[in-house]
Amino acid sequence: MTPYERSRIMLRFADLVEKHSEELAALETWNNGKPHEQSAKSELPMFIRLFHYYAGWADKIHGLTVPADGPHHVQTLHEPIGVAGQIIPWNFPLIMFAWKVGPALACGNTIVLKTAEQTPLTALYVAKLFHEAGLPPGVLNVVSGYGPTAGAALASHMDVDKVAFTGSTDTGKIVLELAAKSNLKPVTLELGGKSPFIICEDADVDKAVELAHFALFFNQGQCCCAGSRTFVHERVYDEFIEKAKARALRRVVGDPFRKGVEQGPQIDTEQFEKVLRYIRAGIESNATLECGGDRLGTKGYFVQPTVFSNVMDDMLIAKDEIFGPVQSILKFKDIDEVIRRANNTRYGLAAGVFTKSVETANTLTRALRAGTVWVNCFDVFDAAIPFGGYKMSGIGREKGIYSLHNYLQVKAVVTPLKNPAWL
Amino acid sequence: MAARRISSLLTRSLSVSSSSVSTSLFSSLGKNSGRNGIGKRFSTAAALEDLIVPPVQIAYTQNLIDGKFVDAASGKTFPTYDPRTGDVIANVAEGDAEDIDRAVAAARKAFDEGPWPKMTPYERSRIMLRFADLVEKHSEELAALETWNNGKPHEQSAKSELPMFIRLFHYYAGWADKIHGLTVPADGPHHVQTLHEPIGVAGQIIPWNFPLIMFAWKVGPALACGNTIVLKTAEQTPLTALYVAKLFHEAGLPPGVLNVVSGYGPTAGAALASHMDVDKVAFTGSTDTGKIVLELAAKSNLKPVTLELGGKSPFIICEDADVDKAVELAHFALFFNQGQCCCAGSRTFVHERVYDEFIEKAKARALRRVVGDPFRKGVEQGPQIDTEQFEKVLRYIRAGIESNATLECGGDRLGTKGYFVQPTVFSNVMDDMLIAKDEIFGPVQSILKFKDIDEVIRRANNTRYGLAAGVFTKSVETANTLTRALRAGTVWVNCFDVFDAAIPFGGYKMSGIGREKGIYSLHNYLQVKAVVTPLKNPAWL
Repeated sequence: MTPYERSRIMLRFADLVEKHSEELAALETWNNGKPHEQSAKSELPMFIRLFHYYAGWADKIHGLTVPADGPHHVQTLHEPIGVAGQIIPWNFPLIMFAWKVGPALACGNTIVLKTAEQTPLTALYVAKLFHEAGLPPGVLNVVSGYGPTAGAALASHMDVDKVAFTGSTDTGKIVLELAAKSNLKPVTLELGGKSPFIICEDADVDKAVELAHFALFFNQGQCCCAGSRTFVHERVYDEFIEKAKARALRRVVGDPFRKGVEQGPQIDTEQFEKVLRYIRAGIESNATLECGGDRLGTKGYFVQPTVFSNVMDDMLIAKDEIFGPVQSILKFKDIDEVIRRANNTRYGLAAGVFTKSVETANTLTRALRAGTVWVNCFDVFDAAIPFGGYKMSGIGREKGIYSLHNYLQVKAVVTPLKNPAWL
Repeated sequence: MAARRISSLLTRSLSVSSSSVSTSLFSSLGKNSGRNGIGKRFSTAAALEDLIVPPVQIAYTQNLIDGKFVDAASGKTFPTYDPRTGDVIANVAEGDAEDIDRAVAAARKAFDEGPWPKMTPYERSRIMLRFADLVEKHSEELAALETWNNGKPHEQSAKSELPMFIRLFHYYAGWADKIHGLTVPADGPHHVQTLHEPIGVAGQIIPWNFPLIMFAWKVGPALACGNTIVLKTAEQTPLTALYVAKLFHEAGLPPGVLNVVSGYGPTAGAALASHMDVDKVAFTGSTDTGKIVLELAAKSNLKPVTLELGGKSPFIICEDADVDKAVELAHFALFFNQGQCCCAGSRTFVHERVYDEFIEKAKARALRRVVGDPFRKGVEQGPQIDTEQFEKVLRYIRAGIESNATLECGGDRLGTKGYFVQPTVFSNVMDDMLIAKDEIFGPVQSILKFKDIDEVIRRANNTRYGLAAGVFTKSVETANTLTRALRAGTVWVNCFDVFDAAIPFGGYKMSGIGREKGIYSLHNYLQVKAVVTPLKNPAWL
């Protein structure tokens, strides 16, 4: 098909999703627990936006003509890589579908997508819409199932040309091993994080509190890039703690379908119990429990918004990814120190910097070993902004022009020239 | 008797043909078409009298400024014609310097204060996509209007140009949210980035040969890069731009972002090129007028200029060519769109080994070319655009005859009404003949003989033009050699006039400055701003 024809199918799909977005938002919230307003007003529009974005790339994949050292005509073709195996998580089922399927199809590939076992439903719905939009059979295949079975089979498959995985670092390591043990398929990984959110001494404390709160608690704390180590300069520390606690106490937890609810349940019993274990570990390690600290209610997986202060770098809650509504606040004194401590982790997914000073912003931006640095903002996920991790937070980048690279193979084509007019 | 009349037509200089001769020529042609003799020689599919009434109304004839259709400041109008007959089909607002001023003011305000540049690129792209959908909905009417005002075959408008227009706007909508700058390595402790910003108000002047496609090549990238526009259409073909501009506003384009002024070059066009408040001008048209545009830009505010000008593109048929295929492709390369293409393959170089066979077949193909009412199915060639072009073409034909090129077929007008010219083929053309040097812009094919590659390279490049070239060969080596040696902006190898949206198009030398289409076109509508800030104790440099 011409790339233009592929892009028209993708655009038609975006239109169909727009038509069905009310149902999809409801289904997303039902299966995931995220506030319905978030599904409907933020994630469905972002999903549609992403498919417009990627449809626009489909007919813009350029290779190069290449200068040679001798009389040869050289060009590179950027070809579709083939069959892409894609394994997505449960925290943003539709958005993760878009981050994977968008660029793979834009580059002309075919896909086997394995959804998370917790959230299989919305992918199936939108995949059906894709076929209504004219996608030929076999181009997008969606399989529901578990990691150790379906996921492992996909990562190990000898006839899959590429695998892309988003999930925990532990599982990511397994995916890379399986790829290595099978057919050396290229692997991109988007894994966990323990991202620092650094509030400098010149910060407007009220704004910092609100942004830090959002950076941690958004999506029930279930973001790979959550700002989960809140470093606060000693000069504003006490005021910050007081206000962060008040904000957490004000956080509205309840039925995500109810208007005004900011936080729904955690995804399942396994995550729920892990979060509670980390809370207990926090208490036992003598961090100060400012508020929260236990489950909410008796049914489902609701956890109280929890804030720890006086957290030390060596505590478990400062080192491990909790993936729940548990904010850990640490104190720092100067820039060089906080750079060292922020980087002292095997993770490197994102970071937040809160300062008015251009100089401080520039210094921290370059010093932090993280794939995204948000300065005076957080969780800005525009379609063209590349996202991914340093170190054990991942390999490769998704979104933006960078994502295309994951789904193309480069072929150099070389022919001799006879009497070339120029070299 | 009829044969004598035809030969007398071939040698007489142009004057208004006596109606009795022409009518009888026509009726004899009509009666004999398909049989041996006269009808077969000229192959008009049908008499040029029974013209089809175009299935479209002309709804928009005023200027479109700041989101509103308005009369010209002077109140004047000028006629626009049906080139099949020379009849006036509408009177259109005649824009002049004052209208250009108003349009520029609207575009300036829309850029400096309006919502357009402050919208997200995604929102801009949605408007462009919505526009493409609206054009698709109205494409039957637009195709009819395009053919009515331009004369190109309706099948071409409907099946090729409207889909290409829609495709181009999909293409450019997709670029809107993909304009990247760079972060830049510094030589010292500085953080450096480049922002690629919209350039501002773009003045765009388009020609009459492909009114809608030329609109797309200009408006697409300019809007994708966040600019606002004042577009001056060709005086011969003002109608379809006004129609689609109206659709753009229906799609949600804010007022003042796209302004369309109809009018003449020396008045409205010059005013736009000279305007002190226009940030960029892009012109497509003749080389002579292009030179004036560049001068005016220089004399006013040094606005950057892109030019797409004329050509005299070589089409080189090598000795290994499949002659039947070469004949067909060379024929298309020259005769397409009534010969009215800047990149027409207008010097057909044929290797001596296949020359005789080529001539015979090229002549037969031209004789078979179906000329007539472009609204009629099966017609390949409609009228030339207007009386000026028409008479210029006939003058070149006479010059060809006088310079002793061999007239294989054609050589004169067809009919008595409108601007139809017989498909004309000259062989044994020499490099120094006028028909080998000047751009004719009509259905006149000039065939020259060559002996070897180095010679044809030299001769093909021996022109101030450099727009395109065609190479017809089976040999990889020959293709590669010629591709690099020809000083032309596009080299089509074993194809011609392939105009995919992403392929950059433009000229070497006096065929132009800059490239349109593809990623290259964005450059024309962006300014580069470097942003530099000191770094204190950078972790790395």
